[in-house]
Amino acid sequence: MNALPRATELGVIGCHVCRLVSRDVFDHDHPDRAGHGDVVTCPRCGSVLHRRKPASYSRSWALLIAAFLMYIPANLLPIMRTASLNDIDDNTILSGVVELWVKGSPDLAIIVFTASIVVPMLKFLVLGTLLVTSQRGTDWARPQRAKLYRLVELIGYWSMLDVFVVSLLTALVRFNVLSRVEPLPGVIFFGLTVVLTMFASMTFDPRLIWDGRETDE
Amino acid sequence: MSTTTHDALMICEHCDTVYRRRVLTRGDVAKCVRCQAVLERHHGLSRNTMLALVLTAMIMFVQANVWPIVTLGLNNQHVSATLWGTIIAMWQQDAKVVSILAAATLFFFPLVKMLSIGWLLLFARTGRRAPGFVPIMVALHYVGPWTMSEVFVLGALVAIVKARVYFDVVADPGIYAYAVLTLLITVFASVDLRTLWDLAPEEHA
Repeated sequence: MNALPRATELGVIGCHVCRLVSRDVFDHDHPDRAGHGDVVTCPRCGSVLHRRKPASYSRSWALLIAAFLMYIPANLLPIMRTASLNDIDDNTILSGVVELWVKGSPDLAIIVFTASIVVPMLKFLVLGTLLVTSQRGTDWARPQRAKLYRLVELIGYWSMLDVFVVSLLTALVRFNVLSRVEPLPGVIFFGLTVVLTMFASMTFDPRLIWDGRETDE
Repeated sequence: MSTTTHDALMICEHCDTVYRRRVLTRGDVAKCVRCQAVLERHHGLSRNTMLALVLTAMIMFVQANVWPIVTLGLNNQHVSATLWGTIIAMWQQDAKVVSILAAATLFFFPLVKMLSIGWLLLFARTGRRAPGFVPIMVALHYVGPWTMSEVFVLGALVAIVKARVYFDVVADPGIYAYAVLTLLITVFASVDLRTLWDLAPEEHA
């Protein structure tokens, strides 16, 4: 027995919702014996117990790919229109950052750049890497991969920053013909990207990082 | 199906390693040896203090929603925005998806979260489980990651800086209420409410 026993080795199972540890009564070696639709629920909170998040790989991949498909128009389409008497100016996420930089707030430009461009890119890269490596069952850099996952979980929702900026400016800049701000479709795609990547990282099960090939045998 | 439970055990949520639970004292953080994730952390806040903080957060939340956040001025015209004004503006501008996202993550989910935590703590301070304890705790688990007030505060700052180039900008009380709210959220970030599960279930009453 390993010095650091894992739940499956001890025949126990932890509830993913309330963390209660109970004896794993489900016969994992013969799932057919339990009968279809037979589920074991947590005695404390009533949630369905599973050793790993159900269909983690396929769900996480699907959400990540969907998020990436949304991310393309989110960056290519303008997110905001600034209209004044003699001028209409459409901004994409990137041009908004550049404008902020040029107009004398490089510090905020860096924050927006990080939240809107670095964080989403990082999420795609990290989740993609985690999915591929875990599916291969490699033991490469496991502690680092575990840390990357927690980082993504922690910072993921800050990408909503630009969406809220556009919303507030839309509500504020309403000076009839003199000056107006309107949201453009890019911001909708961007909001959807953030939500989908959040779901993608939630459906990925970090326990899979540590499972490796031995559990397949 | 009957199951045996093990209250003395704890499983790391990030790698499934099983540990025996230890009593933590002030400042202690239990970390998983395998993956370094935090297993459990002791926090010095008593349930009474937490309840007081939640009530403060509720008062701040009302202020943050009632008062305008920012006012813009241009040629003696003034426009100010509240959170709900923002949500409605996005709805009217055909960005309904964004409007719904904002309403959910900035109003409804934070509201649900504060009300349920307040309700649970009201009973927890006398060591009891509140009525509806189990469904509320489960709901909190799912609502948890979807509150974004602190992102909105940063967004308001960015919007102010962007608008300052063309308009006179006045920060209104709403933004200060939001700032305090953000501080309270930060304090609460280290609190694991799942320790409330340790409260014994009520006898059948």
